[in-house]
Amino acid sequence: MYPSRFRYEAARSLDQAVRLLRDGGDEAKVLAGGQSLIPMMKLRFASPELLVDINNIPGLDYHHADPDGSIHVGALCRHADLEHSGLLQSRQPTMAAAAPLIADPLVRNRGTLVGSLCHADPQGDWASVVLALGGSIVAHGPDGRRTIPAADFVLGPFENALAHDEIAVEAIIPAPRGAPAGGYLKLERRVGDFATAGVAVAIETDGAMVTRAGIALTGVGGSTIKATAAEAALTGRPLTAETIAEAGRLAAEAAQPKSDHRGSATYKRHIVRTFVVRILGRIEGTQERAA
Amino acid sequence: MTQALDEIKIGGMGASRKRVEDNRFIRGKGNYTDDIHLPGMLHMEILRSPVAHARITRIDASKAWEIPGVHLVLTGEMMATRNLAWMPTLSYDTQAVLATDKVRFQGQEVACVIADDPYIAKDACEAIEIDYEPLPVVVNPMQAGEPDAPIIRDDKENQAGNVIYDWEVGDAEGTDRAFEQADVVSRLQLHYPRSHPSPIECCGSIADFNRSTSKLTVYMTTQAPHIIRAAVALVAELPEHMIRIISPDIGGGFGNKVPVYPGYVCSILASILLERPVKWIEDKTGNLISTGFARDVYLDGELALRRDGKILGMRMRTLADHGAFFSDAQPSKFKIGLMHSTFGCYDVPVAHLAARGLYTNKAPGGVAYRCSFRVTEAMFFQERMMHAAANDLGMDQAEFRRINLVRDDQFPHRTPLGFLLDSGQYGACLELGLKAVGYEDFLRQKEEARKNGRLLGIGISTMSEPLGAGNSREYDILGIKMFDSAEIRVHMTGKALLRTGARGQGQGHETTWAQIVAHELGIPADDVTVEEGDTDTAPFGMGTYASRSTPVAGAAIAMVCRKVRAKARKLAAHLLEVSEEDIEWELGRFYVRSAPDRGVTIQECAMAAYSNMPDGMEPGLENNAYYDPPNLTWPFACYIVTVEVDPETGVWDVLNMVAVDDCGVRINPMIVEGQIMGGLTEAFAMSSMQFITFDSEGNCIGSNYMDYLIPTSWETPGFELHGEVVTPCPHHPIGAKGVGECAAVGGPAAFVNAVMDALAGTGVRNIDMPLLPDRVWEAITERHDVSGAPPVRSDG
Amino acid sequence: MTIIYEETGAEGGPEIPQQRVTIRVNGRKVIAEVEPRLLLAHLLRHGMGLTGTHTGCDTTNCGACTVLVDGRAVKSCTMFAVQAEGREVTTVEGLATQSELHPLQEGFKEEHGLQCGFCTPGMMMAAKALLDRNPDPTEEDIRWGLSGNLCRCTGYQNIVKSVLWAAEKLRSQSAG
Repeated sequence: MYPSRFRYEAARSLDQAVRLLRDGGDEAKVLAGGQSLIPMMKLRFASPELLVDINNIPGLDYHHADPDGSIHVGALCRHADLEHSGLLQSRQPTMAAAAPLIADPLVRNRGTLVGSLCHADPQGDWASVVLALGGSIVAHGPDGRRTIPAADFVLGPFENALAHDEIAVEAIIPAPRGAPAGGYLKLERRVGDFATAGVAVAIETDGAMVTRAGIALTGVGGSTIKATAAEAALTGRPLTAETIAEAGRLAAEAAQPKSDHRGSATYKRHIVRTFVVRILGRIEGTQERAA
Repeated sequence: MTQALDEIKIGGMGASRKRVEDNRFIRGKGNYTDDIHLPGMLHMEILRSPVAHARITRIDASKAWEIPGVHLVLTGEMMATRNLAWMPTLSYDTQAVLATDKVRFQGQEVACVIADDPYIAKDACEAIEIDYEPLPVVVNPMQAGEPDAPIIRDDKENQAGNVIYDWEVGDAEGTDRAFEQADVVSRLQLHYPRSHPSPIECCGSIADFNRSTSKLTVYMTTQAPHIIRAAVALVAELPEHMIRIISPDIGGGFGNKVPVYPGYVCSILASILLERPVKWIEDKTGNLISTGFARDVYLDGELALRRDGKILGMRMRTLADHGAFFSDAQPSKFKIGLMHSTFGCYDVPVAHLAARGLYTNKAPGGVAYRCSFRVTEAMFFQERMMHAAANDLGMDQAEFRRINLVRDDQFPHRTPLGFLLDSGQYGACLELGLKAVGYEDFLRQKEEARKNGRLLGIGISTMSEPLGAGNSREYDILGIKMFDSAEIRVHMTGKALLRTGARGQGQGHETTWAQIVAHELGIPADDVTVEEGDTDTAPFGMGTYASRSTPVAGAAIAMVCRKVRAKARKLAAHLLEVSEEDIEWELGRFYVRSAPDRGVTIQECAMAAYSNMPDGMEPGLENNAYYDPPNLTWPFACYIVTVEVDPETGVWDVLNMVAVDDCGVRINPMIVEGQIMGGLTEAFAMSSMQFITFDSEGNCIGSNYMDYLIPTSWETPGFELHGEVVTPCPHHPIGAKGVGECAAVGGPAAFVNAVMDALAGTGVRNIDMPLLPDRVWEAITERHDVSGAPPVRSDG
Repeated sequence: MTIIYEETGAEGGPEIPQQRVTIRVNGRKVIAEVEPRLLLAHLLRHGMGLTGTHTGCDTTNCGACTVLVDGRAVKSCTMFAVQAEGREVTTVEGLATQSELHPLQEGFKEEHGLQCGFCTPGMMMAAKALLDRNPDPTEEDIRWGLSGNLCRCTGYQNIVKSVLWAAEKLRSQSAG
C-alpha cells in the first residue's frame, strides 16, 4: 500500500521525457495510466528510482483513422475512450470487442492501450488484440522514431523491446485490405480478473475467402502467443465448419498453458479451442445472414 | 377520546424506517478507525513471514532502527521480555504475537515498526534482516494426521502430533442400529473450502496510553469491545477500569473483527512504551493471510434411509483444519461450533457426530463468518447430503424434503444431537418457495432443454439456523456467559438515549433499536439516540456476531423499556390521581380504565420523573437490563436457485434465485431484506468464486483481491425475496429471531445443488466449492467428482 | 487555503524531496507539499482530512477510494498526489451543497443502498460519473458501470435501485 521512494518528473514534451529517461538510466520508468505499475509499486514488486510522467504531454490522447484506413492510438488514449469509440465500433470489431473487457470501468478510465502493450503481461488483453491485427508500436527515442511490429515488441514476460530512453507513443493497426471481422473472448472469473484464457481473432475476407487471418492467445503461455498454424489454416479458405474446427484445434495446440488455481492446462487449451470456434462461428453466421 | 399512536408513523415495529446512520455515511462523514487522527500519532506496520514453516535463526533490525523517522522496532524477543510474545486465544490455546522460535504460517507476524508515517514504517520493515531455516510444510489435515508429519506446535508441552481435539456428540450405537435397518445408505464426502469474511475495511487500532492518567484508550475495529477490554486486562495485565475500548464505525465485520489480533497487542505495547498514540491499519494482504479465516472443514456423512424416503438416522465425521493456532471464536463448550445443529429441521430419530481438529501451517481463525459458529458447514453438508440422498432414492428433491421436515405440530422438537427447536412452519415456507420459482414448470423446461443439449438445473436448500447464543448455561466464551445488555435514559422532555452491549457493523442498530423503544414506550424512534461501542459508556455485552444482536441485545432493549414503563405507570397513577391498578397502557399513553380520555403521555410521565414525582419515589426515568435468553432462536429459510450450465466452458449462470425467510417478527422489513440480500451474495460468492487455497509450499493463494475473488455487481444475480411466513419466536419478548446470516448459511447449497442437478446423469456426485468453470467442465468431461483440497494443482 | 502535509518527522536525516502540488479539490484551490510517492488517496484522507474517501485494498480492486479527476471516476489509490497537479478533484464531500444532498445521496438512503457505509462514497462517485455519461441507464448499464467497486454488505441489488432512483430524480430536475 506504500510505495518505495522515487523521484518524479512531469515531462512537458516527448523530447524532455526522453532526456529524463536517458539521464535516469535503467531505473527510470515511464508513467502513463499507471494502472499496472502503481499497484506493483504499492506491493513493492516494483521500485523504480525515477518516474517520468507523460500525462501532461499534449497531443497523445488521440485515436483516429488515417485516410488509408489504418488506426492510430496515442500513448494517452485511455481504455474507456476505446470502449466508447464509435470509430472502433464501426470499423474495428476485434478492438471494439476487447475494450470493454479490460480490467474494470474505473481502471479503464485511466489505463492506456499503449501502456498495456509496454507492460508485456502475458495475461494482458491488448497484446493479443494488436498481435492478431498485425499492429505495430511507434517508439520515440533520442534519435527520432522507429516502428516495431507487435510480434517483435514483446521479448518475454514483462519485457519489451524499448530501449531505456525510448517511449512508446503510438500503436498502429494497419488498414484492412478486405472486410474486417473478428472478436475477442476472455474467460474471467470476475470483472477485473486476469484472463484464465483469452482469444483474439481478426480476419479479413474478400467475401468468400479469408484473405488474412490473425489469431493470438492471452494468458496461456509465458507471453502472448500468435497461433500461426491456425492462421495459415484459414488463409485462402472459406469459413466453414471444417476450417473453423481446424483453426480451433491448431490454436489449442499452439497454447502453452500451465495448470494453476485458474484451471488445468487441459482446460485452458480447451477454452482456447472453444473460443476460436465461437468467434469464427459467429463471423460465419453473420456472413451467411448477409448472403 | 383516546387516540392510540400509529406505530408505523412513529417508526415502531414493522416500519421500514430509513436508516439514521446513513445521514453521515452518504456524506462521507462516517468515523472509521483509520479516519481518526490524534495529535502526535505514530504509525505501525507489521513485517510478516514469507514462508509457511521455518525456524528463525537470526533477526537483525539494526538497519531499520537507523532509518530517520523510525521510533521503535518490536520483535518477538522484545515481546518475550514483557511476557507478551504469546497470547491466549478464544479457544483455550495460545497464539504467537510476534514469532520467537519459528514461524508456523505464511504471513505470520514477525516484527513491527513504529514510525512517523506508514510509508517510513514500511521502508523500515523491508530493512529488517531475518534468516529462516525451512521446515517441512503441512497444508491440509490429512497430511497433518500422518504419523510422520512434522509437529507444528512444538512450543506446547504434551503436544504429540498435530491433533487438537477429538469430540463427539449423539448416540453412536443407536445410530449404528439405524443404519443396519436402512433400505438405502447414502454417503457424501466434501470439503468446505477455506474462506475469509473479508470486510472491505481491514482491521486496525489506535492505542493511546496516557501516562499521566494511566488510562489506555484503544480505538479499534472490533465487533465485541467488552471482550477485548477483558482480554487486554488479562494479557497486558492492566487494570480493567483503566482500559477504554472504543469501536467507532466499522466497515463490515462478518466475524472477522471478533478475535484479538497480534497487531492490536503490538500497537498497545508500542503506545505504552512510546507514550504516544500508535495507529496500526492492516493492509488487505495482511487481513487475508493472517486474520480469522472461516470454514476449511472436510465433511463425511451418511444417511440411513427407508425406501419411501424417511430418514432413519444420520452420522457425520468432520475433520477441521484450524491452522497453526486453535483460535476459533466460538462457545467454549463446543469444539466445532454448532456443527451438531445439522439436520435440525428434519425429523431424524437418531444421529452421531464425531469431530477432529488438527493444526496445519496455515493462518489461525475459524471465525463465525456470517454464521452462528460452524453452522454454515453444518447446513451446507445437510443440504448437499439431502440432494444426494434424494437422487439415490430416485425421489423428487421437494418431495424428499416434504417427507422429512419437522411438522408444525411437532414443536417443540428435540433433535438427536441436543437442540430444542421451538417454532416454525417449514412446510409452508417450502411450498411458497416452490410456487414462487415455478417448480413444476421449471422441471418440464429442464427436460425440454436437455433434448437440445442445454443443461438446466434447480437446487433447493431448506434449513433452520440456531441463532442468538446463549443461554448462559450452555454458551460462554472462556467462561464469560453469552448474555447481552441494554441501558436507557429517558430525558425530561421524553427524548431518550439507548445504549447496548452489542456493536453493529452495518446492520442498522441505530435505526432498529430505536424502533424497539418506539414499540415498547411509544416514544417516536426519531426521539431516540442509540449508542454502542464505547466500553466506558455502554453496558457490558458480548458484542455483535452470530446473528445474536436482535435475539439477545434486542430482547434486552425490550426488557429495559418494560422496566421503564413500569416506573412510568407509577408516575402516571400519581399524575392522574388514581391507583396503579386502574391504569391502562396503549402505545405512548397511560389512561384511566374507567375514563379513557383521562390520560398522560409517556413524555408527560418523563417530565414528572424529574419535576413532579410522588413522595418517596426515586427521581429519574432510566434503567438497564441484562438478558439471558432461554433458548436460541430458530429462523427457517428456503432458498431455491435455477441455473444454466454451459457444457463447453463449465460457466454457469443463475437464472433465478428465490428466498423465503421466516425470521419471526420483522422489526424493520427494509433492513431485514437488506441483510438477506447481503447473505445471498456471500452464498453466491462462496459457491462460485471466493476461496483461499494453498500450494504445497504453504503459499497462500487468495492473499489479495486479485486472487481472493469477491463478486461485483456484474456477476451477482438478482434476488426475489419472500417474507410472507411469520412464526414469532415463542420466548423472545417481541417475537423476533435472528436473520443476518441465514442466507449466507443456507444459500451456498442451493447454488451448488442447482449446478449438480444440471449435471444429473453424469454420475458426478460432488464438485467442491467454489464451482469454478474449470471444475465444472472437468466434472462434465471426465465424469468424476472434483476435489478442491489443497495443495492446489500446478505443473511445477 | 494552504495545507501543510507533515510527511516525515525525520531529525538530522537526509532531506526527503518534497514537491509542491496545486489541486482544485471540491472547488477549492489547495496547495500541498508532498513526497512524490504519496498516493492521492492518502493526501485527501490524511493531508486534507477528507476521510470520506476510503482505502480498502492494495491492488486497485475495491474502488472504495473512487474520486472524480477532471470528471472521470478513478481509483485515487492508483494515482500519485503529484499527478493531480492542476487537476480538478471531486470527493464524496463535494457531492452535496450546504443545503441540499445530491440525488445519489438521497437515493442511497431511500433505497437502502448501503449498510456498513465503507464502499458507499466510492460507489456514489462511480455512479456520478456513470450518470454524467448516461442519464437514463438500464439496470444492466448500472451493474456494468459499477463493476469496479466492491460491496460486501448489500448484494448490489439495492445499490442498483439507488442509482435508478437518483437518475430519475436528476432527469426530472433537468426537465423541470
